[in-house]
Amino acid sequence: MNYFEVFGLERKLGIDTEGLQRRFYELSRRHHPDFHATASSGEQADALEASARLNAAYRILRDPIGRIDYLVRLEEGRDTREGATVKPQAPPDLLEEMFEIQEALAEAKAQGLDEATRKTLAAQREHLLSRSREEEARLTGALAAAWDGARPDDRSRVLGELKQGLATRAYLRTVIDDLGQALDEDEDA
Amino acid sequence: MARIIGIDLGTTNSLVAYVDDRTGLPRIIPDAEGRRLLPSVVAFAPEGILVGESARRQLVRRPESTVYSVKRFMGRGYEDVKEELRYFPFTIRPAEGIVRLQVGDREVTPPEISAVILKALKERAEAHFSEPIEKAVITVPAYFNDSQRQATRDAGRIAGLDVVRILNEPTAASLAYGLHRLKEGVIAVYDLGGGTFDISILRVKEGIFEVLATNGNTHLGGDDFDRVLMLWLQEDIQARHHRELSCREVDLGRDHEAMQELRLAAEAAKIRLSSEERTTLTIPFDDFTYRREINRAELERLLEPLVRKTLGPCRAALADAGLAPAQIDEVVLVGGSTRVPLVRRRVQELFGKTPHSQLNPDEVVALGAAVQAQILAGGITHMLLLDVTPLSLGIETLGGVVSVLIPRNTTIPTSAREMFTTSVDGQTVVDMHVLQGERELAKDCRSLARFELRGIDPMPAGMPKIEVTFLIDANGILQVMAKELRTGKAASIEVKPTYGLSETDVQRMVDESFQYAEADVEARMLVEIRNEAATVMTHVQRALRQGEALVSEEERARITTALEALRQARETTDRESIRQRTVALNQATEHLAELMMDSALKSALGTRRASEIMESQ
Repeated sequence: MNYFEVFGLERKLGIDTEGLQRRFYELSRRHHPDFHATASSGEQADALEASARLNAAYRILRDPIGRIDYLVRLEEGRDTREGATVKPQAPPDLLEEMFEIQEALAEAKAQGLDEATRKTLAAQREHLLSRSREEEARLTGALAAAWDGARPDDRSRVLGELKQGLATRAYLRTVIDDLGQALDEDEDA
Repeated sequence: MARIIGIDLGTTNSLVAYVDDRTGLPRIIPDAEGRRLLPSVVAFAPEGILVGESARRQLVRRPESTVYSVKRFMGRGYEDVKEELRYFPFTIRPAEGIVRLQVGDREVTPPEISAVILKALKERAEAHFSEPIEKAVITVPAYFNDSQRQATRDAGRIAGLDVVRILNEPTAASLAYGLHRLKEGVIAVYDLGGGTFDISILRVKEGIFEVLATNGNTHLGGDDFDRVLMLWLQEDIQARHHRELSCREVDLGRDHEAMQELRLAAEAAKIRLSSEERTTLTIPFDDFTYRREINRAELERLLEPLVRKTLGPCRAALADAGLAPAQIDEVVLVGGSTRVPLVRRRVQELFGKTPHSQLNPDEVVALGAAVQAQILAGGITHMLLLDVTPLSLGIETLGGVVSVLIPRNTTIPTSAREMFTTSVDGQTVVDMHVLQGERELAKDCRSLARFELRGIDPMPAGMPKIEVTFLIDANGILQVMAKELRTGKAASIEVKPTYGLSETDVQRMVDESFQYAEADVEARMLVEIRNEAATVMTHVQRALRQGEALVSEEERARITTALEALRQARETTDRESIRQRTVALNQATEHLAELMMDSALKSALGTRRASEIMESQ
């Protein structure tokens, strides 16, 4: 049973989170081990499994990005993180900026940051943060809606775009973390 | 359905509670003397193992064999605790794995000591219900890791209890509050106890108590407050009484008895300063008496850094829950240390609202444990607790990096699956190292256990597909299962807990515990009868001093002889002889007592007549 099925949902990305929470509470009342503590050991084991699956499903589906990531995995027929096909990838329009950042980071590692570089990196971090938020908005907005409305023969194209978006976001987050770390370390020193 | 009790196994005090079937409300079970708190102290005295108040009285007299605050050592290794060991009078030898305390001539583990406390509570409940009690819910700090939870469960088993649930303390408190006055919204539970600190953020809606995030510090509490004040006192005494101290053979800091005296005085002063602005400390030494006044501001200067250490975890929990302080509807205070006014002020500043503490902060966790026990027994169906795992769970991968399988604050029970394979042709065993913590490198995280997957069919490297399922159950305790996918064969797993007892250890302790049980009861009865004898002797001595003129010399001699006879009997372990001579002494003083009743000295024999004491035996 996949996570959408746990909640009796179609494989769609537009999910009403309040309804999801209500359903989560309802199903928790049905499956939680606390309400099966006096049952046979077989029933207890079933409750434990159902409850663990429900909790995992809720955690993934209530997060709009997490649910896209899960959908991609599901569509590709993988149920663990093994063999991920979404690899972090730099957005083409930012390649030049990324190159500069990597160079500045390498330099900072070797000899610390001067005030000017520090300011530049902080500004670049801000820029990438807003770019990452844009990417998230596109994923959870237009692209999610596109998936939900796509005809069967158009699905693989939309799925490709979702993967592209996730790859871009993953890349941006890595660089943002690296920048954050470099700036923090410099602060500590 | 068998009765399930709720136990708060605290650093300083422990309690047991149950839900009254008639009222549906949780109640604390007092002991025979009406005391609700059981001090979490265990003394290994020559006459046997003492627990609670009688053990607490041994703290100054026998510091090396009286164990307190053992919760701080549960599920820990020598390296974790060596820093603070110098503040404890007992010895722990450096060794791998679980901490072992050297008490007198024996070596005991923290779960065994906790088991003595649990057993006393179990007996208290059995006396209350006049029926055997076998099942319990036991609370632990929310921020306890897997090893600390396992250690608590082991302690229950050694005490002869089936621990049906390990429950987080702040969530237990929220259940007690929930039953008290059900109000929906987001609540923050700030729980500062004797040795541990927790913060939990919950959403309460339609009877569901959903924990959104939890954080804390399992080594921060009232003990640390006492310690800073104790060290301050030590310095002050050394400065003021330098001359007297220089004549002593032992350095003050190494004098365990004196340091226990200081610790207890510090604790008492801290408590007084929660309600008073200033207080005087008086500590008698052999050749001088230390006396000084301390005011609340002075204490608060000492406590400030410790109280500040609780605020970081609060902010982290808020961030994990995705909430701002203003979005918290209510703040609830739990744990004895939240009586400290400075703590209340800092919590109020952080959340911008007055915290609640209508329910007794010492009792609310036990009451909540009783509520959870009732839920598990099927007696309450409208409330459900959805708790989380406090720390991320992961496995060590290439280069000592941790790959997170279950992130912190995931609702439990929960599971994660991971695929493993072999790296060498014909390999039949795969090792796994499971860790808990938020750091990237395995060496910075808490090692939980090493697992060995055995019995893999010999195949070329990378061919076997072993699916491992990590399941965190509703107790927050990890279970691991493995399956080889090509053959469908369940792989066997050998667990080597890093800081725990092995299954064989626990079984042995369960067995030993039953052997000791009878000896323990004997020892306790002896201690009780000796204590009663001492009480009677004290009263008689006082009466003799005050009523000397009322009786003849002959009668006085008779009383003195009976007194001396009891004094000698009390030195022995012969219970019957102590009892008889207590009765004899009592009879010898009957006439004196009557005379004193008649005179204005009525009260000299105390409120309890010696004869009443013996009748109640």
